[in-house]
Amino acid sequence: MRTEYDVVVVGGGPAGSTTARFAKTPANSVVLFEKDREIGVPVRCAEATSIPDLGRFVKINPCWIASTVTRARLISPSGQAVLLNLPANGAVLHRRIFDHDLAQIAADQGVEVYTKADVYKIERSDRYWRVYVRHLAHDYCLKAKIVIAADGVESRIARFAGIRTQTVLKDIESCAQAMLANIDVTAGQIDFYFSSKWAPGGYVWVFPKGDHCANVGLGVNGAHFDGRSAIDLLNAFISEKFPDAARLTCVAGGVPVAKSLKQIAVDGLLIVGDAARQVNPVTGGGILAAITAGNIAGTVAAGAIDQADWSLKTLKEYQIEWDKGVGKDYSRFYNIKEWMTELSDPELDEIAELLHDIPPTEMNILTVFKVALRNKPTLLFEAIKLFAKMI
Amino acid sequence: MIKIDQECCDLCGTCVSVCPVDCMELKEAMLVIDNSRCNSCQICVRMCPFKALELVD
Ligand SMILES: Cc1cc2nc3c(=O)[nH]c(=O)nc-3n(C[C@H](O)[C@H](O)[C@H](O)COP(=O)(O)OP(=O)(O)OC[C@H]3O[C@@H](n4cnc5c(N)ncnc54)[C@H](O)[C@@H]3O)c2cc1C
Repeated sequence: MRTEYDVVVVGGGPAGSTTARFAKTPANSVVLFEKDREIGVPVRCAEATSIPDLGRFVKINPCWIASTVTRARLISPSGQAVLLNLPANGAVLHRRIFDHDLAQIAADQGVEVYTKADVYKIERSDRYWRVYVRHLAHDYCLKAKIVIAADGVESRIARFAGIRTQTVLKDIESCAQAMLANIDVTAGQIDFYFSSKWAPGGYVWVFPKGDHCANVGLGVNGAHFDGRSAIDLLNAFISEKFPDAARLTCVAGGVPVAKSLKQIAVDGLLIVGDAARQVNPVTGGGILAAITAGNIAGTVAAGAIDQADWSLKTLKEYQIEWDKGVGKDYSRFYNIKEWMTELSDPELDEIAELLHDIPPTEMNILTVFKVALRNKPTLLFEAIKLFAKMI
Repeated sequence: MIKIDQECCDLCGTCVSVCPVDCMELKEAMLVIDNSRCNSCQICVRMCPFKALELVD
């Protein structure tokens, strides 16, 4: 480990590894610190993503793909199912391998990687950061020009730069997930259950990873908590739907369903991925967002080092690119999420009924939204309020 | 103050992300709370997916 780096990346998830990869050039030095003992473990993720979108940033390795997905089934509280064909091929990944490979790709470019390396503090000193790392019972203090806060949902690193990253209750889902074996699943199909019985203000997912194996989990919206925690609800769901299942893993996790942070760049620091709350607030998907943002952040950081100016003036390019691209879509989706989490079970059933008539090929989140609008004046009123907020 | 059941805690960091006074931290594979700063709002208790947190006197 050196005592000085151009770029220090905190966190070895998809956001950190991707940023590190794009930040590295032959002329600069980049290091990535991951506090866990192994990149990719534990997997706190249902692992679903879109293959063509992913392919824009990285060459797809078939080993990453546990199963491919072509359609989704949305199940209403009363059990009505709406089928939709996915416009592009989806996949359930092996994140353990995927995350590992993303770090390896960065390492192949010359990025140094350390695991069991916990960054516990950063401090501003002149135009640099002092980065405090604890690695295998030793404390190190390094000098860095740029710090990348890719530390996931906890998002503590950016707080040292004075940015408030805390999430309010309605903007986070408390999740529990088990990987179940010895169950019947439909190949190529992912299931979502919407019901306050199973997941108040969230949903249950069943994402097949193989013939008799699936990630089964759920999220409860913080504002809809009714005394039952995520693990209680998950146990109840599994007992009813998959009584004979074996549980190969069981993990907890938090998913921000917030707007991305207003400020994701400051002097010498960029915030990327879950740490920046860059997650599709309707679905809770954050793999692609982390990689999209990592691509921009890494490229901007490399340019800043090259020009010897890592002040906000140069780094704000990351903010601009994010805000006008994915960030713009996500702030629109945020308003849809605000509306969706407030739907009652009877309203969800009513929507499922209306959606019956739409051919699966024309079904997507916006069609669902529009149909609901067309048919329900009270919702229309709600939605107009939401649209009004968007302007 | 908030009591942590370290056996239940999965180190997922959800509590850290919601704590309004920033008094929680995952430190070397262990959740740590600075109870002197905790205001007993119980948001972490409510959000913990595995019920590892509890408000005690
Ligand atoms: C239950 C659940 C299901 C999900 N399902 C899906 C899904 O199906 N599809 C999808 O697209 N997204 C899903 N997500 C979201 C997705 O997992 C995240 O958006 C994604 O992992 C974000 O990547 P990241 O790199 O920002 O953060 P992470 O993957 O969380 O990586 C952050 C890393 O930083 C490390 N770290 C933190 N602090 C420090 C520190 N101080 N020093 C060193 N290292 C540190 C952590 O150990 C961690 O490895 C799900 C999330 C959960 C919780």
